[in-house]
Amino acid sequence: MATTEAAAQPRSQDHHGEMSFIRKYIFSTDHKVIGIQFLFTCLFFLAVGGLLAMMVRWQLGFPGQPMPGGGIMPDTMAPGGIVLPEFYNALVTMHATFMIFFAVMPLLVGVYANFLIPLKIGAPDMAFPRLNMMSFWIFVLSGVVMLVSLFVEGGAAAAGWTAYAPLSAVPDYTGVSTGQQLWIISIILFGASSLLGSVNYITTVVNMRAPGMTLFRMPLSIWSLFITAILALLAVPVLAGAVIMLLFDQTIGTTFFLPENGGRPLLWQHLFWFFGHPEVYILILPAMGIVSDILANGSRKPIFGYRSMVYALIAIAFLGWIVWGHHMFQSGMNPLLGASFMVSTMAIAIPSAIKVFNWLGTIWRGNLQFHTPMLNAIAFVALFTIGGLSGIFMASNTVDIFIHDTYFIVAHIHYVLFGGSLFGIFAAIYFWYPKMFGRMMNETWGKVHFALTFTFYNLVFFPMHILGMGGHMRRIYDPNEYEFLQRFQGMNKFISISAFLLFAVQVPFLINFFWSLFKGKKAPDNPWRDNGLEWTVPSPAPHGNFETAPTVYRGPYEFSSPDVEEDFLPQNVPLNGGGGRKVTGDR
Amino acid sequence: MNKHSMKSFYALAFALAAFVAAGCGGGGEQAASDSGAAAGASSDAAVAVVDAATAGSVAGSVMFVGMAPETMMIDMSEEMVCAEKGERYGETVAVNDNGTLANVFVYVKEGLEGMSFPAPQEPVVLDQNGCWYIPRVLGIQVGQELSIRNSDGVLHNINAKPTVNRGFNISQPVVMDTKRSFRAAEVMVPLECDVHGWMQAFVGVLDHPYYSTTGAEGGFSLAPLPPGTYVIEAWHEVYGAQTQQVTVGEGETIEISFTFGEPAA
Amino acid sequence: MDWLPPAASSYAADIDKIFYVILVVTGVVFVGVEATLLFFLFKYRGREGRKAAYIEGSNKAEVIWTVTPAIFILGLAFASHSVWPSVKNPDRFPSDALEFAVRAEQFEWNFTYPGADGVLGTGDDFTLRNQLHVPVDQPVVVRLEAVDVIHSFFIPAFRIKQDAVPGLSGQRLWFEATQTGEFELACAELCGLGHYRMRARVIVHTQDEFGRWVAEQG
Repeated sequence: MATTEAAAQPRSQDHHGEMSFIRKYIFSTDHKVIGIQFLFTCLFFLAVGGLLAMMVRWQLGFPGQPMPGGGIMPDTMAPGGIVLPEFYNALVTMHATFMIFFAVMPLLVGVYANFLIPLKIGAPDMAFPRLNMMSFWIFVLSGVVMLVSLFVEGGAAAAGWTAYAPLSAVPDYTGVSTGQQLWIISIILFGASSLLGSVNYITTVVNMRAPGMTLFRMPLSIWSLFITAILALLAVPVLAGAVIMLLFDQTIGTTFFLPENGGRPLLWQHLFWFFGHPEVYILILPAMGIVSDILANGSRKPIFGYRSMVYALIAIAFLGWIVWGHHMFQSGMNPLLGASFMVSTMAIAIPSAIKVFNWLGTIWRGNLQFHTPMLNAIAFVALFTIGGLSGIFMASNTVDIFIHDTYFIVAHIHYVLFGGSLFGIFAAIYFWYPKMFGRMMNETWGKVHFALTFTFYNLVFFPMHILGMGGHMRRIYDPNEYEFLQRFQGMNKFISISAFLLFAVQVPFLINFFWSLFKGKKAPDNPWRDNGLEWTVPSPAPHGNFETAPTVYRGPYEFSSPDVEEDFLPQNVPLNGGGGRKVTGDR
Repeated sequence: MNKHSMKSFYALAFALAAFVAAGCGGGGEQAASDSGAAAGASSDAAVAVVDAATAGSVAGSVMFVGMAPETMMIDMSEEMVCAEKGERYGETVAVNDNGTLANVFVYVKEGLEGMSFPAPQEPVVLDQNGCWYIPRVLGIQVGQELSIRNSDGVLHNINAKPTVNRGFNISQPVVMDTKRSFRAAEVMVPLECDVHGWMQAFVGVLDHPYYSTTGAEGGFSLAPLPPGTYVIEAWHEVYGAQTQQVTVGEGETIEISFTFGEPAA
Repeated sequence: MDWLPPAASSYAADIDKIFYVILVVTGVVFVGVEATLLFFLFKYRGREGRKAAYIEGSNKAEVIWTVTPAIFILGLAFASHSVWPSVKNPDRFPSDALEFAVRAEQFEWNFTYPGADGVLGTGDDFTLRNQLHVPVDQPVVVRLEAVDVIHSFFIPAFRIKQDAVPGLSGQRLWFEATQTGEFELACAELCGLGHYRMRARVIVHTQDEFGRWVAEQG
């Protein structure tokens, strides 16, 4: 820490003079501080989303019974602890909203695009540091608005996170008016925050790479965040436009999405999913990139098929724009469109398969180091495979007739967004924690947390495939109303208990996270013996990042190179004479 | 970044979390005061004291003329709990055996301005029993508690669609009571259950206690009324509203009657 | 496997067949990938002093695992497409079908039956709440109408699901029940607080029985 200070201090004084505390930690323009601010905020929202899910699971596992400790709930939500159907719908809606918009997406993009892009491409900061700060604070504001909406009269939005009109557009249909409007306002703010961020990430990647950092020497994490930013830049305005129209329908009597006066309920679905499907890739691509970095590190081997990994990312991002109709096979859309949307959707399986096989190829003949980030990255591969394969069922328009809007879909999305994205996020948190805070998280507790999370995760979500096959509809308050679902009561109870345990075993993670902030082992500069530029600076990374702009000589995955004794070869280390294999080449 | 400032930074991170939490706490308080029942009767008018010695009353009955429309039995075959509680016939036009009309809401529409009547403490009960609102037409004072009861144990929702008051759409999945109140006078606030499309009720919200609903005998009585001149309105869900002006002297009982009905075919 | 509900309509078996084909294909890939992963994790676990092989990739491998999934995917798409239009394309609905109408609203299904003359829109039509009676082995076309919000007509045993969208006129679906007995119809699209209870009973009669039942209602 002392040496860190010595290295960093003169620079920060040269450039900024003594910064006030507030400028340094609250309204900071340092990309690393902003990344850390996002991290704390998003972990909070992740907990909120999880808590809402627990209430959903209580009702499904123990329908109509009072929640333990539910006596403190207001009568409008759960009188005597018994969840009301309208509150259940709000829970389902807000769980998805918090998890998608305020946890997973900003955990990947807000935290890691911010923290990693400048460090990994050798830049001192973002291209637009003040926009970056604004992006964070608008995000906080939008999150606060969303939280407040839980407590207003009439309750929170209850029309699903997909907010299908007319249910979402006419307060009479749900009894929710203020809640739905705050939901819309929050999403608009969120969109603004996301756009500011995207512009920043794209510009930074395009303009601020260090000498020698060609596009094809960028780590896959940066590639994926770059492509994600482009997706967000193009997709989020569509959502913003759509929700503004929805707000008008709600408040000033327009009928964009209502059947009266030429409005179209299906227009909402087209607009929403035109945003929504790219959004799904926004939620998974960065995790794919991060996991690629960590798998190569943990395998001590170059990533298998680097270029084809990049092309696969681009292919997924491109195909993501022409598949939205698969959410609408049963919507009343012209059935002739079913064929084209099925083919484009299934085509996404190809680049996804390429990625999975390349990850396997990366592990193949490696020298695997099972540190906590690596374990989470391996789990990502194992679980994303399941999520990808289950996607083929619903890509088939024919099979979708039966499984659409059932728990099969719920299982699928959680295998992709929890099994995939969230395990990727855990991997990233453990991996870059030392660079963020200058201390290591505890490995033993990390592994305990991983093992328990992996186990309970599968116990929660795998059985949902079976529920889906049985025709179990999603978003229903009490499955026992249906005779054909009564046989699943035991399974629902099992899933619920597993879910409570899954929630509980996040406690070791939280304790590890906060305990390590103060008591963790001091981190060396490069604890994982990685090649990325971020590991060439002290831990925690100082303000301004690099003493002098680094020069990049090779790609980020030169592990176990025959050119050097060590099993890693940082991107900025020049190699002179001898062998010289590929040292100056593209990779 | 020295050690001290790192620590301050973490402190701030916690402060941020606290700030976010405070945001939600604030919302909670606001919601509590919003949904808190009684806005109460307005306090600027003096609380009226009706002198029993001088008070009079308005009473009478509501007659029905013409052919009563045929009433259909409600098909509850897909709601066994309710079907087992007995057959029910439509009662939008409920003509009594004595030729009077039930479910007519009679109340003082004008003449009590400037007087204030505190809301009674005891709640008005609206029961849902056998997938049926009991009573179908009821009156309540502004700020008085409406206790909505589900005696069936199957899902009912209460979708109130007022124009003056704030609407609500709440549900009762099990046997339970829910309390609500209204903030402004409004005749009538329609209530319906969307789970059982035939269930409909009407609530007359008034800022005084002078209302009455006709029952099986078709009679009504508004008492004890201070002497004065009043406009009395009778409201029916199908036939609309009629008014009559009356002047009540000290200790006097005024008899009036209203007549609704089908025009002669 | 009786994980799927009973298959009680003419096209249920076709849909299930596609489901099982995909289940087998993805099942093989699933087992293959996870087994390989586990095997690699064990075989290449890190040891002191060993260095990983320096392999950057293989174009041949990339081609193989691009083309192979592509072929399977195309196959699955073709297989799926052989069934989809026969369920969903209105031009291919059976022409000898009996027509019913359903009015979906928060939170009820109101079925209108054509009565003894078999034609909708005539005087002998009658309407029942949350009860769908159909004859067995007889194609049935249902006209869908949603009054307020989007509902979804879902009979798991018949493998039919179709959203009913307010304002979208002329929506229809068809099925042919192949087993007599009682089944359940659910709303599959979140439609409000009573969504979970928007349930109807589906009663499949023999053709004679159905005729008698219609006569009784008249």
